[in-house]
Amino acid sequence: MTGTRRLTAAAALALVLGILALDKATSTPLDPFRAPPILALGSGQASGGAHCAALPSK
Amino acid sequence: MSVQTISDIPRASRAVPRIALVAIALFLCLAVAMMAGARYGLLLAIGFGFGITLEGLRFGFAGPWRAMILRREPAGILAQLVAIGLVAIVAFPLLQSNAEELTGAIAPVGWAMVGGAFVFGAAMQVVLGCGSGTLVNAGSGNPVGLVALPFFAIGSFIGATHLLWWTSLGSAPVVAFTGTSGLIVTLGALAAVAALLLFLAAPGTRTIPRRMWIAALLLALFALANLAVAGQPWGVVYGLGLWTAKGAAAMGSDVAALPFWSAPANSERLTSSILTDVTSLTNLGIIGGAFLVAAWRGGLAQKLPNLPPRAWVATIIAGLLLGYSSRLAFGCNVGAFFSGISTGSLHGWAWFAAAFAGSIAGVRLRPLLGLEGRR
Repeated sequence: MTGTRRLTAAAALALVLGILALDKATSTPLDPFRAPPILALGSGQASGGAHCAALPSK
Repeated sequence: MSVQTISDIPRASRAVPRIALVAIALFLCLAVAMMAGARYGLLLAIGFGFGITLEGLRFGFAGPWRAMILRREPAGILAQLVAIGLVAIVAFPLLQSNAEELTGAIAPVGWAMVGGAFVFGAAMQVVLGCGSGTLVNAGSGNPVGLVALPFFAIGSFIGATHLLWWTSLGSAPVVAFTGTSGLIVTLGALAAVAALLLFLAAPGTRTIPRRMWIAALLLALFALANLAVAGQPWGVVYGLGLWTAKGAAAMGSDVAALPFWSAPANSERLTSSILTDVTSLTNLGIIGGAFLVAAWRGGLAQKLPNLPPRAWVATIIAGLLLGYSSRLAFGCNVGAFFSGISTGSLHGWAWFAAAFAGSIAGVRLRPLLGLEGRR
């Protein structure tokens, strides 16, 4: 293989941009006015539960 | 033709692109904060912090495990244990006093969990990249990491889809160490592992280098910031599976009907932007932070390796296995090992033992697959 890591790093950034473009096209629009408080700690709100260790109930 | 490196460029000329890199990173975090909300901009910034720390201070997970297995050099794993211990010291009391707002990386130990961790350990030695390492490698232009990443994401999606079937094979009740007694047990176990590593270490290798101390401290700070801002610990795998799930849904697959993705928390993630998903944001930040450091150092001028076709096939298979197995194992080196242990989950310890055994197998596999010279 010829070339330098500039090529592969650019490909990685292109991959990220592609993911963001797909996300924008398929997700509900962002609304900063409905965002949760900046810190979960002290907010009084439960965390979302979308984590690698979370086992969903059937 | 000669390749110009960053050291060939006058210092003043280097400053401009470096300032531009930092300015772009700050702008991206600010833009996300403005578009999605302050919490999400902060999480992207925390992700950049992880990426800059991991790439900038050459701190990893797969490499240090390999160093211990091959050369009995424990410094890297010791630094990992220090970082985990530092997080635990703060996280345990925080989790106990804020149980409504904060959750740990708590999961059950089971057959599939242990098997998944073993396979993950083997695969991460084949590509020399774990969950965070694959993101860092891709961001810094490592072609093996770049090829492994999309397959990691696909594997994570398929693993999530099969997760409930695998866990139905048998899981023990969830065991979580909590409070002061849980913290003492966790710190004692970390100290016992460290003592064993020091006992097994080759002469002259028992000191942790300064850069690893700094990296361990910074990682602990960013992990705690992740917990306080997001309400959940640092993770990687969930976000990767989510990206593929959204891609599959965009191509017409009825992902929302699958048991895993129909669970309330996951179904909400499917329809919401990844710019409001905790692990997606920190993952994007890790890729960006690693890119920033690689570009800052001039590392992008490095030539790409000439690997045989079987090495690329092995990378693709290992990427799929990394993703699939880490879903079964309730996390990778980050979500299960780092965050699981530091927030009191027994599955973090089971993951550590099984993945280390898998790593011993993976270290032996790597030269056979053409990813390095035969030893």
